Amino acid sequence: MIRLALFLWLAALPAAAEEVIAALSQDRVSISTSFDGSEILVFGAVKRTEPIPRGQPLQVIVTIAGPAEPVTVRRKDRRFGIWINTEAVEVDSAPSFYAVATTAPLSEALTRTEDQRWRISPRRVVRAVDVAGMSDHAPDFLTALIRVRQANGSYVIAEEEVILRDDTLFSTEIDLPANLTEGNYDTRIFLTRDGQVIDSFATSIFVRKVGLERWIYNLAHEQPLIYGLLSLAIAIAAGWGASAVFQLVRR
Amino acid sequence: MGHHSLERAAVQIYLPIAEVSVNAFLLLGLGGVVGILSGMFGVGGGFLMTPLLFMIGIPPAVAVATEANQIVASSFSGVLAHVRRKTVDFRMGLVLLAGGLVGAALGVQVFNILRELGQVDLLVRLCYVVFLGVIGSLMFVESLNAIRKARRKGPVQRIVRRQRGWVHALPMKMKFRTSGLYISAIPPFVVGLIVGVLAAVMGVGGGFIMVPAMIYILGMPTKVVVGTSLFQIIFVTAFATLLHATTNYTVDMLLAVLLLVGGVVGAQIGTQIGTRLKAEQLRILLAVMVLAVCGKLASDLLIEPAELYSIGAGAGH
Repeated sequence: MIRLALFLWLAALPAAAEEVIAALSQDRVSISTSFDGSEILVFGAVKRTEPIPRGQPLQVIVTIAGPAEPVTVRRKDRRFGIWINTEAVEVDSAPSFYAVATTAPLSEALTRTEDQRWRISPRRVVRAVDVAGMSDHAPDFLTALIRVRQANGSYVIAEEEVILRDDTLFSTEIDLPANLTEGNYDTRIFLTRDGQVIDSFATSIFVRKVGLERWIYNLAHEQPLIYGLLSLAIAIAAGWGASAVFQLVRR
Repeated sequence: MGHHSLERAAVQIYLPIAEVSVNAFLLLGLGGVVGILSGMFGVGGGFLMTPLLFMIGIPPAVAVATEANQIVASSFSGVLAHVRRKTVDFRMGLVLLAGGLVGAALGVQVFNILRELGQVDLLVRLCYVVFLGVIGSLMFVESLNAIRKARRKGPVQRIVRRQRGWVHALPMKMKFRTSGLYISAIPPFVVGLIVGVLAAVMGVGGGFIMVPAMIYILGMPTKVVVGTSLFQIIFVTAFATLLHATTNYTVDMLLAVLLLVGGVVGAQIGTQIGTRLKAEQLRILLAVMVLAVCGKLASDLLIEPAELYSIGAGAGH
């Protein structure tokens, strides 16, 4: 009996047959004063010990997720003739940035259960546990969160943007936007067949402020009083400087 | 997105506290335009700049805090120009400032109470619409009448200020030589206090309330009003900057520098323009500007927004 179960389990797990090997063009992004977004090339290959299986084609899914944070989603309604925030839903955790790139439409490359298990589509990445108690229309708020973030470029769904050659070599380019926040950007690559994940690979991209950006940020958080006084000193000096220059020019 | 042309990269600047990348020339230009208005009218310009910063994607908390820092610079630049012209009433400024600091402290308390009740956002907006609307309309009508009167009776006509009224019946009289006034210290203190409360609640310097109050309630000459208003705004906004920097860490030095480089130059130009215009022309222009901002904010409240949902920072865990 145990032997039969083991056999069935092994038969149901083709993962051993196909493995993903992947790399990134860079695993460190430095935010300097002139930072204007960054392009990450994700590439790799499928390692096999057996011939390519027949049947459903192989699909590749690449995701990059920025640091997660709690957010509040508010909805406006018309009250007394003006539009004001009425209902609000607290979302436990939503990444500041999220991109998912695939070789085929997400619904084809992944079943719903696998999506729930691996948290791949934006709707599954956003975690909201007790939202049903906050509003009767909680799902609308979550859909709106994703829609608003997609509109401003923070969430990207790039279906069929991963190029897969001869079922073996794959690559895709993902743009990190200019309004990037600091943190570790978790990058995952999935191989799927018939909507089932057969192998995955995870790594991180380290996004850090450098130079002047680093100095200003640290001073503001570690020496806030000195930072505030320095800001005022700059303001006063600039005000005086402009006044003095204009007086010279007028003479 | 994704186009990295060289010219764009050259002017884009990443702001360390706001954590967004913006066009440096856009910020210099915004600072310049608001600086001109500031020098002309004696308003800090916060009521204009803060909504503009929201529009280009700066987080609201950073916009309000950094704007306070920038107003310090443009007001200081403007005050120096007015000091040279001897159009600052320091005595009046100090009385207003005393009231202003008390008011600002009270205002912070009021703000916290409103925040606990929720809807602080809406109340701030309504405050803007009501105050800008009332002040703008009153100034517009008054200065229009003044211009008509001046046309009818010839250009030499001076506007007669209302000198006699309840303001002059109060005790604690002080001599304000630069303003040519001998009035009680209570009305300026109370004006400073009310403006201080509103400034703290609305997150601005309060010049657009202060200037008309000085003209119409205190009866100060328009030319002295501008410099005196700027003088007291420096201190109120410096106080606000320090408060924001130490409690919320939301002052963005790089953003402030870009705005104030444009701002201080603009303030100097604005002061030059201001001295060439007639007092009632200056007032009608300020009235039009105040009404325009009021109209924009009112339409935001009345017209159905394209996106009903908005995302804010979480409650924090």
